[in-house]
Amino acid sequence: MTDTTRNFVYFGFIAALLIGTGIITSWNLAITILNFGLISAIMALGVNLQWGFAGLFNVGIMGFVALGGLATVLISMPPVGEAWAAGGLRVILALILGAATIVGAILAYNALPKGRMRTLGMIVILVAGFFIYRAVFDGGVQAVEAVNPANAGYLGGLGLPVLLAWPVGGLLAAGAAWIIGKTALGLRSDYLAIATLGIAEIIIAILKNEDWLARGVKNVVGLPRPAPYEINLQNSETFVERATSLGIDPVTASTLWVKAIYAGLFTVVLLILFILAQRALHSPWGRMMRAIRDNEVAAEAMGKDVTARHLQIFVLGSAICGIAGAMMTTLDGQLTPGTYQPLRFTFLVWVMVIVGGSGNNLGAVLGGFLIWWLWVMVEPIGLWVMQVVTSGMADGFWLREHLLDSAAHMRLLTMGIVLLLVLRFSPRGLIPEK
Amino acid sequence: MDLLNAFITLSNFVLIPAIAYGSQLALGALGVTLIYGILRFSNFAHGDTMAFGTMATILITWAFQGLGVSAGPLPTALLALPFGIGVCALLVLATDRGVYRFYRGQKAKPIIFVMVSLGVMFIMNGLVRFIIGPDDQRFSDGERFIISVRQFKALTGLDEGLAIKTTQGITVVTAIIVVALLFYFLNRTRTGKSMRAYSDNEDLALLSGINPERVVMVTWLIVAALATVAGVLYGLDKSFKPFVYFQLLLPIFASAIVGGLGNPLGAIAGGFTIAFSEVMITYAWKKVAGYALPDALAPDGLAQLLSTDYKFAVSFVILLIVLLFKPTGLFAGKAV
Repeated sequence: MTDTTRNFVYFGFIAALLIGTGIITSWNLAITILNFGLISAIMALGVNLQWGFAGLFNVGIMGFVALGGLATVLISMPPVGEAWAAGGLRVILALILGAATIVGAILAYNALPKGRMRTLGMIVILVAGFFIYRAVFDGGVQAVEAVNPANAGYLGGLGLPVLLAWPVGGLLAAGAAWIIGKTALGLRSDYLAIATLGIAEIIIAILKNEDWLARGVKNVVGLPRPAPYEINLQNSETFVERATSLGIDPVTASTLWVKAIYAGLFTVVLLILFILAQRALHSPWGRMMRAIRDNEVAAEAMGKDVTARHLQIFVLGSAICGIAGAMMTTLDGQLTPGTYQPLRFTFLVWVMVIVGGSGNNLGAVLGGFLIWWLWVMVEPIGLWVMQVVTSGMADGFWLREHLLDSAAHMRLLTMGIVLLLVLRFSPRGLIPEK
Repeated sequence: MDLLNAFITLSNFVLIPAIAYGSQLALGALGVTLIYGILRFSNFAHGDTMAFGTMATILITWAFQGLGVSAGPLPTALLALPFGIGVCALLVLATDRGVYRFYRGQKAKPIIFVMVSLGVMFIMNGLVRFIIGPDDQRFSDGERFIISVRQFKALTGLDEGLAIKTTQGITVVTAIIVVALLFYFLNRTRTGKSMRAYSDNEDLALLSGINPERVVMVTWLIVAALATVAGVLYGLDKSFKPFVYFQLLLPIFASAIVGGLGNPLGAIAGGFTIAFSEVMITYAWKKVAGYALPDALAPDGLAQLLSTDYKFAVSFVILLIVLLFKPTGLFAGKAV
């Protein structure tokens, strides 16, 4: 079997899974899985860029995805005029002061000669800057959060088209990645993992607690959509006519149609990114990356700047995760910082890349679809398995109750076992790197 | 008198909690650092190993409580601790046999080990949630305070009270005993010396006839003990929640790196550095400042540098600073 036929078989299998889900349960579920599968595939492409091309271990995917989600709010929500009037400028000024403090400290570090003076100077700048920043910032935040806290209490966004948020999400993620990469790259490989683990937790903490930014755990709901609303479709006569002529109930048809529009948009993004990633992989740049991954010392001896290249690809990969995060928040129509969990957004993507085949873009995409389907299906399947296992036990028997209740935690176990098995027995994945 | 009151307040809200938390972090970081020194990878499953050991201890504690066994004024969990360590050691040895040994044989890159440990982390996390559930569990019993605020006030006649929880006392005492035993073991016994030799130079150690599998096994046993003790102490002091133990990974790693990965002394210093910074930066200084400063200078606000929601940010920032300026850590570790 050639590689091409094998790939066709794999993707045919995915299509069969989706169609099977559509026939057995519902087409709405199938197309929802497809949509999230497309987003997962994009995340997997980003991680594959970092891990598969360059061997960088990023355990903070969740953070970059969440930054993409933040971008959706910042770009697409209408600005809250009152909040801006109350303290918006003051908050922005505080942020600028904060940034200026850090820039000032860096300048001082570079300008002053090494020694006690330099350390002291930096500390003075940082401490003074921090207190000035807090003095300006706190008042502004209080004023902003006091504005109609039940459904605003934040600055709102720029009111621009929501599609614009996707590239901006990428930019935000890239910025965070640059800061992390600048500190942790060039050191031992484990340090990047630990630093990314940390930044992800902190980004989530900021999203949860900074109410002036995106309402924190009060969530921003009702984000503008790139697709029409179902209710409008149901009220549109032409749509109802067309649906009935096809023999579909107009309500079902409207939900399917909206999801199909999203699927179309996501497919376009996935195709663009996939083609770019493929071109990158087969360019001299891609070969250099793999050379660095396989032997850093040799690559360095050939005159390649290993740290700079690592930084470059780390930022690029994180940006792709940011784009995917913005797309996901757009699809959800809301930003809910409480739902970002490392298992779902970091670890799952890793399983996708490893199972699909690290170093192979097609493999990453395949893994994205396959593992996402598995992720959705593990819970009902787990519950079913538990019911079969416990069917012999009496109703109300404690073990039976406990097992049934715990079925929800099967996901952690299953995904962990899948990862370990693939790493052990098929480390190259389903579609190995050529 | 005001200065004394300020000091008492400071001890009550900053020094004592930070010392207890620091001991817990130090024990956790010692485990991470030992794995790093001997097996040469950052063990992401450490937080969940702690959670697993604690869970085993909690279940045994409940069994003891059911049987009516108790340790008098001390928490019953202390009696259950050795059994918890045993269960945790079994699990950890099984993981080593089933997972890590294969990669050791392959001489896999450290990053592969890190990844594998991530898989192990999720399996352990899943196991813990499967067995005990994701919710908060309190399992502390016995006397709650060594000295309570009211007793202290009656004793000294000061305005401010000082409370020392039994769990805080136990944490510090246990941590001292465990660390003393560990250092005695590493520096004085034959097995400990062979471990240090293996950590310094693997090839040389192998040449001189040290059995690597035995060294690895002993390391895992010690790590299981350290993790369980750290986890149980943390759980007694605060409460047991699986997700919190996963989050502890960040301050623990930060402690180990600040002290210098692979260096046991550094892990202890790192643990206290992180704990004190975290508590001091997230503490509202209003009361202390109100006592210590003249009235004119007393702050109006809470005088809190960062809200407690950002305590992880503190360890993270310290981590970044260390990575930027001294990647080998305060006490020269082995990693660059």
